[in-house]
Amino acid sequence: MTVLEQPGSSRHKSSLAGPPPSWRPRVDPAPLLPDEEPYRLLGTDAAARLDSGLLTRLYTQLVRGRRYNAQATALTRQGRLAVYPSSTGQEACEVAAALALEERDWLFPSYRDTLAAVARGLDPVEALTLLRGDWHNGYDPREHRIAPLCTPLATQLPHAVGLAHAARLKGDEVVALAMVGDGGTSEGDFHEALNFAAVWQAPVVFLVQNNGFAISVPLAKQTAAPSLAHKAVGYGMPGRLVDGNDAPAMHEVLTEAVQRARRGGGPTLVEAVTYRIEAHTNADDATRYRSDAEVETWRAHDPIALLEHELAGRDLLTDAFVSATRDGAEQMAADLRERMNADPELDPMDLFTHVFAEQTSQLRAQAAQLRAELDAEADGHTDDAAGAEGSAEEARP
Amino acid sequence: MTTTAAPATARKPATMAQALTRALRDAMADDPSVHVMGEDVGTLGGVFRVTDGLAKEFGEDRCTDTALAEAGILGTAVGMAMYGLRPVVEMQFDAFAYPAFEQLISHVARMRNRTRGALTMPLTIRIPYGGGIGGVEHHSDSSEAYYLATPGLQVVTPATVEDAYGLLRAAIASDDPVVFLEPKRLYWSKADWSPDAPTEVAPLGRAAVRRRGSSATLITYGPSLPVCMEAAEAAAAEGWDLEVVDLRSLMPFDEDTVCASVRRTGRAVVVHESNGFGGPGGEIAARITERCFHHLEAPVLRVAGFDIPYPPPMLERHHLPGVDRILDTVARLQWESDWTEGRGA
Ligand SMILES: Cc1ncc(C[n+]2csc(CCOP(=O)(O)OP(=O)(O)O)c2C)c(N)n1
Repeated sequence: MTVLEQPGSSRHKSSLAGPPPSWRPRVDPAPLLPDEEPYRLLGTDAAARLDSGLLTRLYTQLVRGRRYNAQATALTRQGRLAVYPSSTGQEACEVAAALALEERDWLFPSYRDTLAAVARGLDPVEALTLLRGDWHNGYDPREHRIAPLCTPLATQLPHAVGLAHAARLKGDEVVALAMVGDGGTSEGDFHEALNFAAVWQAPVVFLVQNNGFAISVPLAKQTAAPSLAHKAVGYGMPGRLVDGNDAPAMHEVLTEAVQRARRGGGPTLVEAVTYRIEAHTNADDATRYRSDAEVETWRAHDPIALLEHELAGRDLLTDAFVSATRDGAEQMAADLRERMNADPELDPMDLFTHVFAEQTSQLRAQAAQLRAELDAEADGHTDDAAGAEGSAEEARP
Repeated sequence: MTTTAAPATARKPATMAQALTRALRDAMADDPSVHVMGEDVGTLGGVFRVTDGLAKEFGEDRCTDTALAEAGILGTAVGMAMYGLRPVVEMQFDAFAYPAFEQLISHVARMRNRTRGALTMPLTIRIPYGGGIGGVEHHSDSSEAYYLATPGLQVVTPATVEDAYGLLRAAIASDDPVVFLEPKRLYWSKADWSPDAPTEVAPLGRAAVRRRGSSATLITYGPSLPVCMEAAEAAAAEGWDLEVVDLRSLMPFDEDTVCASVRRTGRAVVVHESNGFGGPGGEIAARITERCFHHLEAPVLRVAGFDIPYPPPMLERHHLPGVDRILDTVARLQWESDWTEGRGA
C-alpha cells in the first residue's frame, strides 16, 4: 500500500510539531458547498410561496426571449446576421440574470447572452450589431450598464470583478453579474477572476450556464469536478447549483446572490444546469457530437413549459393572457425583422474615427487614401450608370 | 528533406483544408510521436474540419479534445515535447491564441536557447488567421507580426493547396517550434492536387516565385497571394510585367530569393493584410533596401491593412488590400524614370 492509498494517512499521530496555526483556512468550507441536486422550485411544494406577479413577469419575458431567438436565427438564414449563437432552451437563465439586477448594477454578458441584454431593456437591434457585423458593439455600455458582448471566453470575468471592486472603493452599492459558459470555466481568466473576487470580497455574481457542451466538447471532457458550482469552494465563496430551466428558482438564487453581494457578503458562483437546444451557431453541425434523443429529453424539460404548468395550476394561464403575451412577442419580432431588413447606414471613414482620441498622422494619411478611393469608386459608378444608360446596346456583344 | 505522401484515394480537386488534413494524417501515420490536440479537434474534427477523422483513426490519445484553455493546451504541449512527443496544437481562431502567449513567448520560443540545446520544442501551433470571411470581432486577426517579433519561432504560412500539405509536413518534422498560420479564407480554395501523387515536403525557409516578371516584384504570402496574382494579371493588361514572390515562411526569411528578384526588376511592393505600421512589410522593405539599394529604381512600397483594429465584417473590404490598391501602388513605382525602359526579364 502506497502512502496515497492509506486511508486518512494525514491523520496519523506524529511526535513532531505540526504546522503553526497560521496555515488554517479562514473559512469553513461546509456552508460554501453546493447542494447535491440542482435547486428547483417549480413542481415542488415550495412553489406555492411564489408570487403570481413574478411568475407572469417571468413568463412574458421567456416567451419574448424564445421568439427573439427564433427571429434572430431566421435572420441568419436570410443573411442579415453574420452568425447567431442562440440561447433557445436557456431563456430562464438569460431572463433571470437581467431581472435579478437593479438599474445601477452592471451586466457582463458573453456572446451568447444577447437575450439577457435585451431582457434588461437594451434595444434588440442595438444588441445584434456585433452579430450583424456593422460594428463591434452597438450600444453605449455606460448608458445601459451592460459591458460589450464578449467573444474571447471568460475574459470579461476579471473586468466584472474590477468594476465591482471599483464601485465598492467609491462607496457605491453596485453589483456586477458576469455570465460565462461551462467551457469558459476552463480558461485561466475564470480562475483568476474568481480568486480576485473572493480575496477582495468583491460584489460580483458569476453565472455559469452549463448547457452541456462547449461547441462539441461535453462537460465530462471539460472538467473532473463534482460540479462547476463546487469550484467556488476552493476560492472561498459559496457555490450554488440551480436548475437553469426553472425560471423562478434561477431568479431567486440570483437575486439572493446579488443582494448578498450588495450587503458586502462577497461573491457567489452560480451554476445553472441547462441545455443548448440549437447548434452552437448556425455554422455548427450538432449531429456530429450529440443525439436527437438527448435533445428531446431536454425539450421535455423546457423552461416555458415548466412555468406554464405552474401558471395553469393557478388558473393564470388564461387564453387572454397567453395570446396577449404571444402578441407582444410577435410585435417585438416583427419590429426586429423590419428594422434588421433595412441595410444599416455605414460610413467607411468610421474605420479611422475611434482608434485614438486624436488621429495620428499615419491614420490621417490612410483616411485620405480611403476617401480618395471611395470618391473614385463613386465616380466610377456614376460613369458606369451613365454609360449603361447611353449605350445599352453597345454594352452587349 | 523530401518525402512522399502515402498512397491514398482522395477526391480531385482538393481543398487546402483537405490537404492539411492529409498532412496531419500522414505525419501521424509515419511517426507515432505526433499528437494532435486542441478544442473540438476530436469528435467534431475541428471547426474547419481540418482534423476530421483523426480521432477515429488514431484514437483519442493521439487526437485529443482538450479543455477550453489555450494556455493549458500549449503549456501541456511543452511538457509533452519535453518528454519526446511532437505535439501539433490547434488554436481555434487567431485571436483565441492570445491566452497562450505567455507559454509561447516565455517557454516555447526560448527553450532550446535557455537549455543550450538540451531541450528542444518540436511542436507545431496551427492557427487559422486573417480576414475576408465575414467573421465577427476576434475572428479575423492577422497576428503574424507578434510571432515574428519573437526570436526562436518559425512562422510559416501556405498560400497554395500543395504548400498546405508540404509545409505542414515540414513544420511537424522540424525540431524547432513552428507557428503555422493557415489563411482561413483559402481553406476552401481548390487545386488539382492529389495525395496519390508524390508531393514534396517543402523545406521551410524557401520562397517561391509564383509568376515571372520584369518590371516590379510583388512580395507577399498567405491570403494575399491570390490577390497579388490577380493584380499581376490585371497589370499585364496595362503593360506592367509583375513578378510575384510567395514567401511561404516569414521566419526563416528567404532573403536570397527576394533580393534576386528585386535586383532583376528594380522595384518592389510588399503586400500583406496585417497592419502596415510595425507589420512584416517594414522589416522586408528594410532588408531589401539594405541589400539591393543600388538596384532599386524606386523606394520599396507597401500595401497593407490599415493601422486599425480589425474592422467589422461589413467594412472589411475597405481594409483588406485589394487589386486596385495594389495597382495604385504599383503605379507609384514609376518614380522618376520610366519603368518600361531598359528592364528585360
Ligand atoms: C479564448 C477563446 N477560445 C476559443 C474560443 C472559440 N469558441 C467560441 S465559443 C466556444 C465554446 C464555448 O463553450 P461554453 O463556454 O460552454 O459556452 P456556450 O457556447 O456553450 O454558451 C469556443 C471554443 C473563444 N471564443 N475564445
